[in-house]
Amino acid sequence: MSELAFRLTDSTLRDGSHAIAHRFSPQQVTDVVTGLDAAGVPVIEVSHGDGLGGSSFNYGFSATDEMELLRAAVAARQQSKIAILMLPGIGTREELRRAADLGIDVARIATHCTEADIAEQHIGLAKQLGLEAVGFLMLSHMITAEELLEQGRKLESYGADCVYVVDSAGAMTIDDARRRVALLADRLTVEVGIHAHNNLSLAVANSIAALEVGAAQIDGCTTGLGAGAGNCPTEALVAACQRSGVATGVDPMGVVDVAEEVVRPVRPEQGVIDRDGLLLGYAGVYGSFLLHARRAAERYDVDMKDLLLELGRRRVVGGQEDMIIDVAVELERRAAQAQAATVGTRS
Amino acid sequence: MATPCAIVGTGNIGTDLLEKLRRNDALDVVAMVGIDPESQGLARARGYGIDATDEGVDWLLEQAQHLDVVFEATSAWVHRQNAPRYAEAGLTTIDLTPAKLGPSVVPGVNLDDHLDAGNVNLITCGGQATAPIVHAVARVSDVPYAEIISTVASVSAGPGTRQNIDEFTHTTGQALVDVGGAAMGKAIMVLNPADPPILMRNTVYCALPEGYDADAVRGSILEMVDEVAGHVPGYRLKADPVIETDTYHTPGGTVPARVIALLEVEGAGDYLPTYAGNLDIMTASAVRVGEALAAARRQEVPA
Repeated sequence: MSELAFRLTDSTLRDGSHAIAHRFSPQQVTDVVTGLDAAGVPVIEVSHGDGLGGSSFNYGFSATDEMELLRAAVAARQQSKIAILMLPGIGTREELRRAADLGIDVARIATHCTEADIAEQHIGLAKQLGLEAVGFLMLSHMITAEELLEQGRKLESYGADCVYVVDSAGAMTIDDARRRVALLADRLTVEVGIHAHNNLSLAVANSIAALEVGAAQIDGCTTGLGAGAGNCPTEALVAACQRSGVATGVDPMGVVDVAEEVVRPVRPEQGVIDRDGLLLGYAGVYGSFLLHARRAAERYDVDMKDLLLELGRRRVVGGQEDMIIDVAVELERRAAQAQAATVGTRS
Repeated sequence: MATPCAIVGTGNIGTDLLEKLRRNDALDVVAMVGIDPESQGLARARGYGIDATDEGVDWLLEQAQHLDVVFEATSAWVHRQNAPRYAEAGLTTIDLTPAKLGPSVVPGVNLDDHLDAGNVNLITCGGQATAPIVHAVARVSDVPYAEIISTVASVSAGPGTRQNIDEFTHTTGQALVDVGGAAMGKAIMVLNPADPPILMRNTVYCALPEGYDADAVRGSILEMVDEVAGHVPGYRLKADPVIETDTYHTPGGTVPARVIALLEVEGAGDYLPTYAGNLDIMTASAVRVGEALAAARRQEVPA
């Protein structure tokens, strides 16, 4: 086979976990991994949506221990590499070691885009354990390409094999994605990747734009199953590449079938960009906040739009799901005060 | 008579502590020890007429007979080297590093439990901010699982914290059990780079098993917040504690409810800016522990 244009990582079993409140079963993991592996997907990521150790009140408890899911994934794969995600501050090196013992190949270490230095020890440990290490800069839309490059350089200096531009909120325009990836690909010696979300309906376009300016790794999720409005749909990306003569090494019909027959039934409505999904991208709010925000809006009887826009104004970062409750309680109180004032005026 | 004490470490924490101790009647800072002659903390101490040296703890130990208490504001690694030497010199140590050699002390929970320990540890800023709340819940209900999220401004997290983030989450999570009284604990740390910097935020979730008394839980938390605010004036709830009901499958078992306390810590602005509530709560707690030690000593020594 000719040389591949980029390496595809499918994150259905990690980012997709957000969309189903972290309830993947070992059987679902086996089915997805078996299908994607057979279709030739080179890397498959499996973890709680918020990475190893993410099972919590704040992000949602996993239905099945992620180590058990990883065990199923490693057992089901023939050729694909198995990756994990972890966020320093949530997961620890202890969980990384346990995952490595299970036979994973790639450790993706994620930090907010300005905080790369908290990943130094985890990237170091990943390399020491013989794993490939990826530095994953979340909410990359929040800083300029130049600032992102500084953070990318840190990850490179810690030993990362690849630095990802991560559009966690799906807030990037095509130009935003292109500028960031182009600068990093030009100035870093290691590979650069892109992880796109679809809130503005630009995930495939941004991924292809990134490819054109030097991205060597691209993330997708089958059916787009992922946080917020969902990710770059793997099958659409592969099909678009096929039509453009871009070699992915992945069988388009293979991933189309996995998407339709294995993943689509898990969440049939995936792929619709509704108001909430769009607003997350528009307000620049982390996609993983979606389900938590819906629950809080209902519980505290506040408007979802007000909730999301206020979170955007506060510039909260990945991991601050507790601020959803904070804002909801605040909005509820304001509404009660406004009502009391109205009553007061009338009397 | 005020208890003579020394500060070891001249960074942000040591210097903020210097400012707080200068105002304190029970504790008398007589020495400040660093290793960097250019340090701003040493210059400040000298300006206040306090013996300040960049010659490290060797100098300090020569003065040991004039001292009772040492505040360690260096790093866990340095404290592990220094601790046996302090002990040998008969100095009581209040450790602000995460070395955790001695028992953990959290004012508001167990201030008086370890006054004779010789070396007490203040856990982490997140531990000081959240263990009291877990304790407040645990004194009126079983807490099979507690979880905290500590979010601090990026600019207030120095290289020590950044390179030891696993140590922070592990030590803090353990303190929710050891000091807070939960059966299991988990801590999460988030850094937020917003400008202007955010105040330190802490969210505490406690699992509430069947039969919990909602009013007692809420009341106990409110009481504890007042208690902590007594020594950390900027410590406050953002909203009244909320109890959410649902079915929660926690690692400590399935429960029908959780209580959530949303806390904010504004620093006193002594040396560090007010957003650095995370550092302020450490120095304020250290002073409170120092006062308790001083009071215990006054009782021991007959006038």
